[in-house]
Amino acid sequence: MGWNAGEKAALNAITLRKIRLPNAKMSCAFVKFNTPQPQREETTMSDYAAPLKDISFLLRDVIGLDQITKLPGCEEVTDDLVTPILEEAAKLATNVLAPINRSGDTEGAKWSAGNVTTPAGFREAYKQYSEGGWSALAGPTDFGGQGLPHSVSIPVSEIIGSANMAFKLCPLLTNGAVEALAQHGSQYVKETFLPKMVSGQWTGTMNLTEPQAGSDLALVRSKAIPQSDGTYKISGTKIFITYGEHDFTDNIIHLVLARIEGAPEGVKGISLFVVPKNMVNKDGTLGARNDVKCVSIEHKLGIHASPTCVMMYGEDSVTTGGATGYVVGEPNRGLEYMFVMMNAARLGVGLEGVSIAERSYQHALVWARERVQGRPTTPVPAYLGDKPKSVPIIFHPDVKRMLLTMRAYTEATRALIYWTASCLDIAEKSNDAHEKQTHQALVDLMIPIVKGWSTEVGIDVASLGIQVHGGMGFVEETGAAQYYRDARISTIYEGTTGIQAIDLVGRKVGREGGATAFALIKEMENVLPLLDSANDVNLKAFGRALTAGLKEFKRATEWTALTFPANQGAVNAGAVHYLKLAGTVCGGWMMARAALVAAKQLACNDGDADFLKAKIMTTRFYGDHILTLATGFADALVTGAESVLQMEEAYF
Amino acid sequence: MKILVPVKRVVDYNVKVRVKADQTGVEIANVKMSMNPFDEIAIEEAVKLKEAGVVTEIIAVSIGVTQCQETLRTALAMGADRAILVETTAEIQPLAVAKLLKAIVANETPQLVILGKQAIDDDSNQTGQMLAALLNWPQATFASKVTIANGEAEVMREIDGGMETVAIKLPAIITTDLRLNTPRYATLPNIMKAKKKQLDIITPESMGVDVTPRLKTLKVVEPAKRKGGIMVPDVATLVEKLRNEAKVI
Repeated sequence: MGWNAGEKAALNAITLRKIRLPNAKMSCAFVKFNTPQPQREETTMSDYAAPLKDISFLLRDVIGLDQITKLPGCEEVTDDLVTPILEEAAKLATNVLAPINRSGDTEGAKWSAGNVTTPAGFREAYKQYSEGGWSALAGPTDFGGQGLPHSVSIPVSEIIGSANMAFKLCPLLTNGAVEALAQHGSQYVKETFLPKMVSGQWTGTMNLTEPQAGSDLALVRSKAIPQSDGTYKISGTKIFITYGEHDFTDNIIHLVLARIEGAPEGVKGISLFVVPKNMVNKDGTLGARNDVKCVSIEHKLGIHASPTCVMMYGEDSVTTGGATGYVVGEPNRGLEYMFVMMNAARLGVGLEGVSIAERSYQHALVWARERVQGRPTTPVPAYLGDKPKSVPIIFHPDVKRMLLTMRAYTEATRALIYWTASCLDIAEKSNDAHEKQTHQALVDLMIPIVKGWSTEVGIDVASLGIQVHGGMGFVEETGAAQYYRDARISTIYEGTTGIQAIDLVGRKVGREGGATAFALIKEMENVLPLLDSANDVNLKAFGRALTAGLKEFKRATEWTALTFPANQGAVNAGAVHYLKLAGTVCGGWMMARAALVAAKQLACNDGDADFLKAKIMTTRFYGDHILTLATGFADALVTGAESVLQMEEAYF
Repeated sequence: MKILVPVKRVVDYNVKVRVKADQTGVEIANVKMSMNPFDEIAIEEAVKLKEAGVVTEIIAVSIGVTQCQETLRTALAMGADRAILVETTAEIQPLAVAKLLKAIVANETPQLVILGKQAIDDDSNQTGQMLAALLNWPQATFASKVTIANGEAEVMREIDGGMETVAIKLPAIITTDLRLNTPRYATLPNIMKAKKKQLDIITPESMGVDVTPRLKTLKVVEPAKRKGGIMVPDVATLVEKLRNEAKVI
């Protein structure tokens, strides 16, 4: 090879530069390392590599990008555009965002006298992210966005979230605020705020929760007093406001739920307001500071780098009368507007389960290949020597089982979310009224499932990630624990798993007698004959597991549809079981679709054989070890209500 | 002034390459491919020169299979203005690359060609030098700093003993070394724009260039596996073993 002495010194210098300055783009590019594992095809210097193979396989071959390309406004969304977008996002994630994930966790966001300082490197990373145009990926084209569909923004968001979940929350919340303003904002509000929010020059927040109003927003107390110029003076306290204050940008645009004086009680009296941190002059320059302040930030289990703020509106209301805000859309319809964008937001949080699961899996896999411990009980490759006394723990069946569980859950939740994203694109953009309607129904059914199930699974996977590390996983320095701590919020915010489950069994299944769920089950059953007739023992076996799972899902849906009208309490008692059952079976269906494509590609020698074989093996594992849980979930739902309902509060 | 930047599609630097079973080369089917990192540095330098107002148009060129279009799109997303693919499935060795580039230079009349000093797949380190010879242009290889002024390029070169600065008259050839710059990330809007930029496809035949290989690959094998090490009790034993067993000192 043509390396001279100077070259090697340069390489060392660059390696060192990379270690010292995690932001430096130049990765230790030209090093190819020789690991003792001949099976390992790709390896990277960073601790996160975007799973681009699985992502593009799903998008292109399983779900079908062509479905999206034919939608109005998506004509350009073809493989030759999506691939470079994913690759470039992956570079940014691996080289800029992943290296500050751990330091961000250790350092955390800091509050001082109303200001918040984010951990070292975050401000610069945000600058790079927004200047690279990534904030504008899905933003409306009228205001400078690229208008790309969910089918593209979801995979990009997964990659960013894997690299750095605490960072990703800022763009996630901004996108939600952009969507709300684009749909319901007045012309003035849109023109004043949207272009800079879309570009990422300003960020957005969502202010819903108050100390007494969490899952039940009917209890919101913040108030808004109408002014003669059409604006409102807002006062009240909001809590759990993600990135409510930070040092990324010179303005922050808050969306705030509040009651206009004299509005009706309950959910029908809540309005949505836009309240900028700094007022904006007619010429677009920043004006006076608005009466909104971050009075403290929370000390949390995870996502330490993401400031979770207590926001005070109208603290100086004696002099200011409150924070100046503009009503969004019509008064008293605030919650309704929030619900419109809830689907996209819940999909985005469900995705955090996948992001964390993927990162945790990659971390555990590296460890399992490096950690040498214990005599093998199964045949091992020759390069480990003859009768080795101890082998890398990946050769122990129980460790393999854990890694496979992590991998299977990650791939299944990813596939299910990508498919749901494609349904959301079709529901939003299709010109065909029937297609639009059926896909909207599917989206409404799937949202609580993907949000609830993917995040629950994300925690399970991150927990296994620690388990694979053994004692070293319990030690923070290994890094495995952070994923578990970070994942823990995902089942709570944007509607807890319990709330998702109640939404699912009530609004989505119970109220319509299970119509959409039954239609989906029928659709899923179509895959069974294909599995049965496949020329592959693994697919046949998986077909049997999926048949059984679908039977259980059908039984549980029938019971839910029947029981809900008369006994909502009984259904709610097992609602989370139903949600997990639905996720497990629908995830299995997506695994089947992926494995069928993989088998077909393998048969024509088309594609990376190792990847395709792994897909089939992972699917088989999913059938044997995960789909088998379906019976337990269904039994617990159908027969388990009594034990919950009969237990009186006093007995606790 | 125009600038020409050849870019090569190579196995991605993160991929651990495997030798083909028949020992004719390395496995490239279903392996991630990307732009040769030294060529990325060349594109970055060209874009910087354009941003500084020195260069008016950047033309990226690639030679090889259809998929080289992806590599060219990457160059376009980084800031190249248009691209040319010389499409061929034949094995193209450095001399053939230099001849093809010479023909393109005759057509496009750039004042500067910036190439990567070598490609990370075959590590030939020949194309830039051969092109300079064929064109009879001055060359500055292994550049770590480039300044263009008054029809001249002042280039700081990396040499074994340290640094050397040379001044060459344009038109000229420059090949990039590792420290010349840090290539930028393509921005999302530029990735989207790249899809619409001009990309012309031509063939070696249409240019009248004979690309027949002059070198024959006999076989490709993996480097010998490293044998396990041993612990030595002291420095004296180490020196003794290095001298008598390894025979390296």
